[in-house]
Amino acid sequence: MSAIDLALGNLLSPVVLFFALGLFAAIARSDLTIPEAVAKGLAIYLMMAIGLKGGVEVAKQGLTAKLVLTIGAGAVLSFALPFLAYAILRTVSRLSPVNAAAVAAHYGSISAVTLAVGIEVLGRANLPFEGYLIAVAAVMETPAILAALLIVSRSTPREDGLSGKELFHEIALNGSVVVLVGSFIVGWIAGPAGMKPIAPLFTDLFRGILCLFLLDMGLVAGRGFARARKALSPPVILFGIAMPLISAAIAAPIAALLGLSPGGAMLFITLAASSSYIAVPAAMRLALPEADAAIYLTLSLGVTFPFNLAIGLPLYLTIAQHLAG
Amino acid sequence: MQMHLKKRIEIVLEAPGLRRLTETLERLNVSGYTVLPAIAGNGRGGPWSEAGQVSDAERMVCVICIVDPAREEEIVGPIFNLVKRHIGLISVSDAQVIRGERF
Repeated sequence: MSAIDLALGNLLSPVVLFFALGLFAAIARSDLTIPEAVAKGLAIYLMMAIGLKGGVEVAKQGLTAKLVLTIGAGAVLSFALPFLAYAILRTVSRLSPVNAAAVAAHYGSISAVTLAVGIEVLGRANLPFEGYLIAVAAVMETPAILAALLIVSRSTPREDGLSGKELFHEIALNGSVVVLVGSFIVGWIAGPAGMKPIAPLFTDLFRGILCLFLLDMGLVAGRGFARARKALSPPVILFGIAMPLISAAIAAPIAALLGLSPGGAMLFITLAASSSYIAVPAAMRLALPEADAAIYLTLSLGVTFPFNLAIGLPLYLTIAQHLAG
Repeated sequence: MQMHLKKRIEIVLEAPGLRRLTETLERLNVSGYTVLPAIAGNGRGGPWSEAGQVSDAERMVCVICIVDPAREEEIVGPIFNLVKRHIGLISVSDAQVIRGERF
């Protein structure tokens, strides 16, 4: 399959089309909404489905040195990328140190939904991947938050009397990390035999529910567009497109060094290139409440996510196929 | 019916800070509080809505408690200290209750 076929196939897939529908509905000011409780339920379902799939794959393949190395590489990448993102933002934009650090944290962490769509892209291309990439995703959620806190720790001393331990507890045990890691462990313990009876819910329905979730993401991103003009300056918008490409360029040789399969390399690159909009925004409201949520949420969901969905994912797959080929 | 004058403290706060707030209220021995969801609104950061939100980052909640006027400053001070870095507001108003001994 050529890169153009991949890109077209991706753009015309129901998942991306439902995202576009949500985007259109929000921009056209339709009254279409997905209730908050439903959206949260869908997010939990998706993370359970991804976690289980990864755990079952590891149960099939067993623990290997490559698994440990890949998880370690993911953690280092998640911790290091915010420093680079922060330096770029401070150079090209007028964002304050706190806002730049909060944005940077999003670009070190990962997006579970981009990962889910990446898995869907691999499914369409009939490419398998190493299941432990799900564990890598879970590990990559939090180091970026710690990196952002480190970046601003000198310039902004905490005044609310909260200890670092309390803050770490709130960040490390946030719901998305718990459900992703927990489902991964459940899948690992249960294995393929244990997964079989629950596969109708977590495997067969996965693509359909992903469409429903992407419709909601489109609605939320579309509403973000309305305020993007106010919240985001052109250099910041450009950052939202350039940073995934920079992260992908850093992650691609690491994936090759780790010897990942084309599918695994694609997901590793996707993890590095995606930006969080579930775990990190909530963590930033706790850790850096002075940072403007309109900037990092609009940038992550309104710029980087649609870019990755439409252009990034087929590009990362093409890069991964060339690397492994 | 005899009514008792109390103070009603209303805190509108971004949802991620809720647990810290309720823990502070419990530490201050506030005898009761009620948490209400906020559906949508507009503020210094522009309009917001809970519709479709996956993350708590853009959700707001409202916490209401009734306290004895003698304890107002003792309670509002620590709450303000917690809330001042977050998006939110605190308002205090007079309230009348029937069972005054409960607050």
